[in-house]
Amino acid sequence: MTGVLQAIAMLTVGVFGLAVVLNRNPLPQAVVFAFFGGSLVVLFIVLQAPDVSLSAIVVGAMAYPLMTVLTLAKCRNGSRD
Amino acid sequence: MTERGRIWLFAVPAVAVGVLLVWSFAGLPSFGHYRGPYGNVINANAIPQRHTTNAVAAVNFDYRGFDTIGEEYILFASVIGVSALLRLQRRERELPQPPDHAPRQRAPETADSVTVICMGLVAPLVLLSLYIVVHGHLTPGGGFQGGVILASAFLMVYLAGRYVTFRQLSPKSLLDAGEGLGAGGFVLVGFAGMLAGAAFLENVLPLGQTGKVFSAGTLPIINLSVGLEVGTGLLLVMWEFLEQALMVRA
Repeated sequence: MTGVLQAIAMLTVGVFGLAVVLNRNPLPQAVVFAFFGGSLVVLFIVLQAPDVSLSAIVVGAMAYPLMTVLTLAKCRNGSRD
Repeated sequence: MTERGRIWLFAVPAVAVGVLLVWSFAGLPSFGHYRGPYGNVINANAIPQRHTTNAVAAVNFDYRGFDTIGEEYILFASVIGVSALLRLQRRERELPQPPDHAPRQRAPETADSVTVICMGLVAPLVLLSLYIVVHGHLTPGGGFQGGVILASAFLMVYLAGRYVTFRQLSPKSLLDAGEGLGAGGFVLVGFAGMLAGAAFLENVLPLGQTGKVFSAGTLPIINLSVGLEVGTGLLLVMWEFLEQALMVRA
């Protein structure tokens, strides 16, 4: 049972990781990356590493997408001026 | 170089790397079979030695505390770098009107539902971050995770469309002081160990009773200072970005 859960979690990480790489547009990519981060969180929980999964939540779901979106906003503002 | 030559130049190293990868994967211990002695030693000794129920915190902030100081100063240096890069340059000046306030480009009003949800999330997020930081030596979590959650609570104020309130809530001088205090606090705890006649960062405070909030010696203090450093550091980065890049919603 645990083995099946672990396999599913790893496959999900692989699928979302591929989706991040195949997405060439930065803004949708940031959103897809948040999903990739979410799948990593699930994997860490399944592997019984709650400390790491908490870090993955705050980095993958908050810090990283925020920085990406803010940088994109900065670039767009710059090109419009 | 010809097309053919390039393909060969790629194919030969690719096959070599592939063979080496397969070879090394075949030699790995099978999944879930941990062979290193270090983790088992920590699991057996962390609770009796440090009176903490979170072995990860004991490694991060005590046994390997010196490494964590290095990591903390990586964050500290990158925050300083962002601040230096995004400072107001000599040739730049503030626009009299933010670009998004141009007549034909009205910034969309924040929806009431978004404001309500974000404002409602502020207090729970602050509480959760304090809980995660204070219980860092008892349950999963600690200064880093709690600090980011604290910063996200302030971000909610901005997302609710209250940019001015966000700036008033987190004045830059206070953030600077918090960042410095958090980064310095960790090192001060280290020096406290030396003052007590032990090694740098040695856990010299009374360890207390395992499972209580006031236990594990220096761990909760280091967690607090890391939480302060990470929270204010992230807020400083957001502050700089928002100040320079984004529209002002007054």
